[in-house]
Amino acid sequence: MCLAIPGKVLEEFEQRGMRMAKVQFGGIVREASLDYVPNARVGDYVLVHVGFAISTVDAEEAARTYELLEQMDQLTELEAPVVEEIAARKRA
Amino acid sequence: MKYVDEYRNAHVAQNVLREIERLQTRPWVIMEVCGGQTHSIVKHGVDRLLPDGIELVHGPGCPVCVTPLETIDKAHAIARRPDVIFCSFGDMLRVPGSNGDLFKLKSQGADIRVVYSPLDCLKIARSNPDKQIVFFAIGFETTAPANAMLVSRAKQEGAKNVSVLVSHSLVPPSIAYILQSPQNRVQAFLGPGHVCTIMGYREYEPIADRYKVPIVVTGFEPLDLLEGTLMVVRQLESGNAVVENQYSRVLGREGNLAARKLVNSVFEVADRKWRGVGWIPKSGYKLRWEYRDHDAERIFEVKEIDTQEPAICISGQILKGIKKPHDCPAFGDICTPLTPLGATMVSAEGACAAYYAYGRHLERQKVHVTGIAGAA
Repeated sequence: MCLAIPGKVLEEFEQRGMRMAKVQFGGIVREASLDYVPNARVGDYVLVHVGFAISTVDAEEAARTYELLEQMDQLTELEAPVVEEIAARKRA
Repeated sequence: MKYVDEYRNAHVAQNVLREIERLQTRPWVIMEVCGGQTHSIVKHGVDRLLPDGIELVHGPGCPVCVTPLETIDKAHAIARRPDVIFCSFGDMLRVPGSNGDLFKLKSQGADIRVVYSPLDCLKIARSNPDKQIVFFAIGFETTAPANAMLVSRAKQEGAKNVSVLVSHSLVPPSIAYILQSPQNRVQAFLGPGHVCTIMGYREYEPIADRYKVPIVVTGFEPLDLLEGTLMVVRQLESGNAVVENQYSRVLGREGNLAARKLVNSVFEVADRKWRGVGWIPKSGYKLRWEYRDHDAERIFEVKEIDTQEPAICISGQILKGIKKPHDCPAFGDICTPLTPLGATMVSAEGACAAYYAYGRHLERQKVHVTGIAGAA
């Protein structure tokens, strides 16, 4: 579980003072914090571990690593349920 | 020359292997530290491509594996409480405690949730202000920045109902511990790439120097592992013992400074117990005093739980590189991923589970001389 998964930063947004992004991993898009990669921008590839980008990588490295993790069945963390704030949703 | 056709850049892999063979004058024992590397090595048969006499042994770098049984039992005691929503990474749910695993507890009605990121706990806390949200904060250095951020944000946001059960391990003290053992066989290390993405590799330099062992920080692709092995063999054969970086396309000597800074502000180094191995001084993290209001062990005052591991299990010796899964009479017999007896079988990244997943338990008669090219 110490392996980070490469994905592409699709968009940035701010959430409660944190710099967040939507990151695409193959066919899945999940949110990740960009707080630890201050230089990452939309279009960059980042290594994401449990919801935090920890490094930037180039596109080729990202593609190769993603494919290897897929073969090793190491992408299951991306399948964890998306948590919504229930109270916030009720108010909306 | 052994079979590498299935490798991407097979010709590069072939050249690396040829170079290792050319340099090697005697047997060497090399440990890969990270569980992800172990998984990749076994899946791709990297250990069996190497020339006879270059032996890879599998280190303690699987955080799920080395989480002590006592801590898992503590997690269960907390998760059973009706006022608690217990959150965890998915990998921990299958790990058996003394009385079943978290999945079983969930089926019995406990509110146990798998989260993608520790930050999800804050959302769950805001949605459930009348519940205590407890996160099972396990991991090595790679996971520490995420867990530290949860604690830091919880304090900052005044989320009094968020706490963490900390079980954090550190790689450098564990490899120093292995090297101090009188039974030690390890002569060099492939260092953990993604751990060093956070921490850099400065901390490994005094270890290489003090114990005269080469340490090469390595990625986890098959070609990375072969290249890392070549760099290690080159050092061993020339009598060098320094830290080198095979994975420089991803990390540098200092690691991720922003992440390290937050980790150091939330956690401090502490002694900790490793499943299968025992206590290793200064080999883990605990929360700093300023964050005590978010420490699940303080909040829930779980009493010390007495546990016993099966005597037949040799996972401690496997984690230290002294033995291999095939040396265990229980491996693949009474001990399987569905009925694990100890640390190295409880997670897919443990050496025993990786050997089992790729069918090596079926070869116990055939492969007893390590380094043999079974698949060649």
